[in-house]
Amino acid sequence: MIKRLSKCIREYKGLSIATLLFMVGEAAIECIIPYITGKRLINAIQQSTGVDMHYIIKIGIILALMALVSLLCGGFAGLTAAKAGSGFAKNLRRDLFEKVQTFTFHNIDKFSSSSLVTRITTDVTNVQMSYMMLIRIAVRSPLMLIFSVGMAAYMGGWLAATFVVVIPLLVVSFLLIFRKAMPAFRRVFKKYDRLNESIEENVRGMRVVKGFSREDYEKEKFGKAADSICEDFTKAERIVAWNTPIMNFCMYFNMVFVLLMGSMLAIRYAGTSGVQVGQLSAMLQYGMQVLMSLMMLSMIFVMITISAESAKRICEVLDEQPDMPVSEKPLTEVADGSVDFRGVSFKYSAEAQAFAISGIDLHIPSGATVGIIGGTGSSKSTLVQLIPRLYDATEGTVSVGGADVKNYDVTVLRDAVAMVLQKNLLFSGTIKENLRWGNENATDEELVEACRLAQADDFINSFPDGYDTHIEQGGTNVSGGQKQRLCIARALLKKPKILILDDSTSAVDTKTDAMIRAGFRSFIPETTKIIIAQRIASVQDADIIVVMENGRIAAVGRHEELLETSEIYREVYEEQTHGKEDDDNEPQNDDAE
Amino acid sequence: MNRRMTMPSKSGSGRMPAGRAPKRKMNFKVLGRVVKLLFKYYPRMVPISVVCILFSAITATIPAIFLERVSTVIANCVRYENGALVWVEDWATARATIFPQVFTLIGFYVIALIAVALETQLAAYITQGFLSKMRKSMFNGMQNLPIRFFDTNKHGDIMSHYTNDIDTLRQLIGQSLPTLIRAGTIVVSVFFIMLWYSAWLTLIVVAGVLLMFLVSGKLGGGSARFFIRMQKSVGAEEGYVQEIMNGQKVVKVFNHEGEAMEDFDRINNELYENTYRAHGYANMLAPIIMNIGNLLYVIIVMIGCLLLVGGAYNPSVGVLFGKADPVIGVGIVVAFLSMTRQFTGNINQVTQQINSVVMAMAGADRIFTLVDQKPEADNGYVTLVNAEIAADGTVTETDRHTGRWAWKHPHENGTLTYTELKGDVRLTNVDFAYEEGKPVLHDVSVFAEPGQKVAFVGATGAGKTTITNLINRFYDIADGKIRYDGININKIKKSDLRRSLGIVLQETNLFTGTVMDNIRYGKLDATDGECVAAAKLAGADDFITRLPKGYDTELTNNGANLSQGQRQLIAIARAAVADPPVMILDEATSSIDTRTEAIVQKGMDALMKGRTVFVIAHRLSTVRNSDVIMVLDHGRIIERGNHEKLIAEKGQYYQLYTGAFELE
Repeated sequence: MIKRLSKCIREYKGLSIATLLFMVGEAAIECIIPYITGKRLINAIQQSTGVDMHYIIKIGIILALMALVSLLCGGFAGLTAAKAGSGFAKNLRRDLFEKVQTFTFHNIDKFSSSSLVTRITTDVTNVQMSYMMLIRIAVRSPLMLIFSVGMAAYMGGWLAATFVVVIPLLVVSFLLIFRKAMPAFRRVFKKYDRLNESIEENVRGMRVVKGFSREDYEKEKFGKAADSICEDFTKAERIVAWNTPIMNFCMYFNMVFVLLMGSMLAIRYAGTSGVQVGQLSAMLQYGMQVLMSLMMLSMIFVMITISAESAKRICEVLDEQPDMPVSEKPLTEVADGSVDFRGVSFKYSAEAQAFAISGIDLHIPSGATVGIIGGTGSSKSTLVQLIPRLYDATEGTVSVGGADVKNYDVTVLRDAVAMVLQKNLLFSGTIKENLRWGNENATDEELVEACRLAQADDFINSFPDGYDTHIEQGGTNVSGGQKQRLCIARALLKKPKILILDDSTSAVDTKTDAMIRAGFRSFIPETTKIIIAQRIASVQDADIIVVMENGRIAAVGRHEELLETSEIYREVYEEQTHGKEDDDNEPQNDDAE
Repeated sequence: MNRRMTMPSKSGSGRMPAGRAPKRKMNFKVLGRVVKLLFKYYPRMVPISVVCILFSAITATIPAIFLERVSTVIANCVRYENGALVWVEDWATARATIFPQVFTLIGFYVIALIAVALETQLAAYITQGFLSKMRKSMFNGMQNLPIRFFDTNKHGDIMSHYTNDIDTLRQLIGQSLPTLIRAGTIVVSVFFIMLWYSAWLTLIVVAGVLLMFLVSGKLGGGSARFFIRMQKSVGAEEGYVQEIMNGQKVVKVFNHEGEAMEDFDRINNELYENTYRAHGYANMLAPIIMNIGNLLYVIIVMIGCLLLVGGAYNPSVGVLFGKADPVIGVGIVVAFLSMTRQFTGNINQVTQQINSVVMAMAGADRIFTLVDQKPEADNGYVTLVNAEIAADGTVTETDRHTGRWAWKHPHENGTLTYTELKGDVRLTNVDFAYEEGKPVLHDVSVFAEPGQKVAFVGATGAGKTTITNLINRFYDIADGKIRYDGININKIKKSDLRRSLGIVLQETNLFTGTVMDNIRYGKLDATDGECVAAAKLAGADDFITRLPKGYDTELTNNGANLSQGQRQLIAIARAAVADPPVMILDEATSSIDTRTEAIVQKGMDALMKGRTVFVIAHRLSTVRNSDVIMVLDHGRIIERGNHEKLIAEKGQYYQLYTGAFELE
């Protein structure tokens, strides 16, 4: 995981290393300052006679310079760390986004879009913060620890024995607390997420709650969940709370030890120990530095553990392999708009037991109009998604223009096969910008032409800004029918050899729907048109109508033939047309009035 | 050194500017309310904690005194004269002065340790308990809010009270408040101890602190400016990524990956620029402040030494009280060194907390706004009771569940009348507007007799759903009357009114739990048998039994593992188990395809039998067999009658039905 992520540091490696070096400098100076003040300066003044003023001023200037250098080191390290961390995050986000762009539909199905957004935003930010902290503190703190202990031993001799007690005590207690608290927090955070989900559920379903008068029931349910979380949280926090008294104990211990041992060394063994008041003062300083570095280290430890989850989620995306084999010598031209299914079966994942579609054999000649009809779950969409190779068939072959779709360059294939997806989307931007997704270089005339064909030109012109009307994210400011027509126009602009409409006119009224189809017949006769629809009216004049059921082709034929041969088709037909003819029934008495 | 180690909070670590908050506005009223609540909920624990904090804070400052004394003793014992060691006093004598001092200190320390341990444990307990209480009071208050609140507030905003705002409170109570008390106490007591020893040195320390403020103000300001820009870039990036991730399949179909990448790079670079500047300023702050501290440390030593060597006059409070020599000793210099660190360190802690206090106050303010929301008014006094109905129509109240219900109607003169619950709903000349000046319904009259099926048809925004919102009093009408079994619905207790109305909505909402739990939501005391029967009635039993765990299948995330149609079937079963005399079906079958609907229809017909039903449907095939169909347009009923009559009129309904008109 670390290896995978560190590949994304790239051009920010230099800055990262610079940060480390600055930190080494800062830590070293930090550790020398107490030594010089203590041993050189304070001890100098303890000698009541013969104090050299020049000596004191000289040391003072040295100390001031050191503080200045330390300030510069620290300041620059702050800058370089910020740049390195942000740059690393930038690269991570870029790599993630780029990876997703290479995803196949299969890969996309695996991750929900919201989880991808979280990975690119929140998770990367977590890793960025950890990295920024890591390159500054992960070097500085251990160094401070070693330097401080070393300097203390060098200068204070036996006084440094305090660390023999303090350091192991802190390390062991931290590890114990960490080991107990971490799993507890992990559990409780999961519970906390669930609690918040249940609140969201309640807010979303408020009409149901109120509709059934379940306010009190909800309160009781929530009260129980909240209490249980409170209990768990308290337990976990109380474990962590032991950190403070332990830390304080170490501080107190250090103080008492230095005072007792120090005064003994300074007075009783003054001849041999060389300890004076200056060392005492410096020792307290070193004690503080050791405690601080240990605390910082424990903080990064916790932070890294937490961001490790984020890093894992990021790596999941980075390691995801697009599972569509690429042809060695790809075909760069699609001959015509014919489509052939030969013994095609497909399932969404290798583990799935049932096939989504199976045993499909179908020939669609170039330029034909094909209607596909069937209930929800009959895999109509699945079938057509194999044509632009959004998925690969599990068994059998799908051919376009006489060649297996796997032999094409995917871009070429998808440019030739325009598909209007069932769950279609417009993007924020003007109508023009949205349409140009179909063809970047389309002229305004071409845009209008496509929109006329999709019966969208009229309503676009009715907007005050016409083709420059701004579309909100997801296309929420146009009606469902208008959105569908814009999506059709966008697909038409590709001038495709095959046009697939996956239930793309469901919100369009039947008259407009018919006009769109009539337009297709007269203006793009060479294009193969494959239309999935719920309404029989949308497909009944097609050259070929395919009736799907449970992933299989139940019947193929023209409208009249199917009415004869296919029971399902007839059922649906009657269901939809029933009542239109018998509207001459006597009106019943409407006593409800 | 009183910084606590706490677990980083889950949401956005490091998002906060290290310097000043962009708007530094302290809302003391809100702070006061939080503190008051704390004392109210924990009348003993909170004062105990405060005392503990005060004690440990003061204990933190006294070592300086002991350090001064011990150092002085040492300096007095041992002298260096011309580099040679001279014992003025021996260890035994020195020991007699030093040991009692140190033992007193140990005594203080033991008590301080107990205080700290007690206080930190209490803090964990109080913080979590308080948050839980706030959560509950928000949630409980929220249950009583009118639907209007949920319609006019974004769900994300409501949720953020429970996540972000609660998080800021946790920071405040668990960390900021204790730190402020502790650090504040230390700063004040250290300041007095410093003054006691030396006025000159104190002056220098104060000057150093002022310099720190100046620098952190400058850097913090720069940091805050870029943090705001960074937040904007984060928002822009999040928006873009969300849009593209949602439309990733469209991107693929249009071979638009390259363009998407280009746009992303532009946004991503901008975010990088702002992020590194914001963090750069923030990162620089800490080392600079720390090294100003170092400089101050050096200056104190230098000045101290000069004063000491020069034997200059040292004015201090101690001298004022005649308790100290007017000359600086080495002990004072040593004590000052540790006090300087303590003073600057704690002042920094106070300033660092100010940001989170400001943020917490904003969060608390939002929480209180939610808690203070006016609950849904309910002046209803007519209640729904179990009833026995005699052959002659006399209604008597009973505790037993009879399957028959009656409205219990107390009158002003003290008498009680019982009216059998039949399901007769009449709207007379109803006007309504969600917002003043934008009327949604004009003069709508609908009469539904028990057992009748009334359908509403019309374009989105015509007011279909609004009518049903009025019947169950999610909203109250502006003008006109709605009567239920002859009783004005304003007189009926809301919970009883809603209990008598079953609703199945267009947007299906299921709750986390098993399928069985979800069906039982309609009637909490329903047996498993009743739930299964309801599912059978709705035509849901078939697919439920085929789920891996049947009725015990766990649903999560609004039943994400089911198809839209299946979720609607469960919602229908949930309404069926409640067995209400009146049903409202708002687009209940919109997501079921026509073939499945034909199967469900049977169940629906069974469900509707004998009940008054209001149906809203997009698909006209579902409303055809209604007793009466209302065609709504811009809040007015423009056509009414049964299917045959409306078809014969060849009006709007006819056009809709033949598909010549777009419904959207």
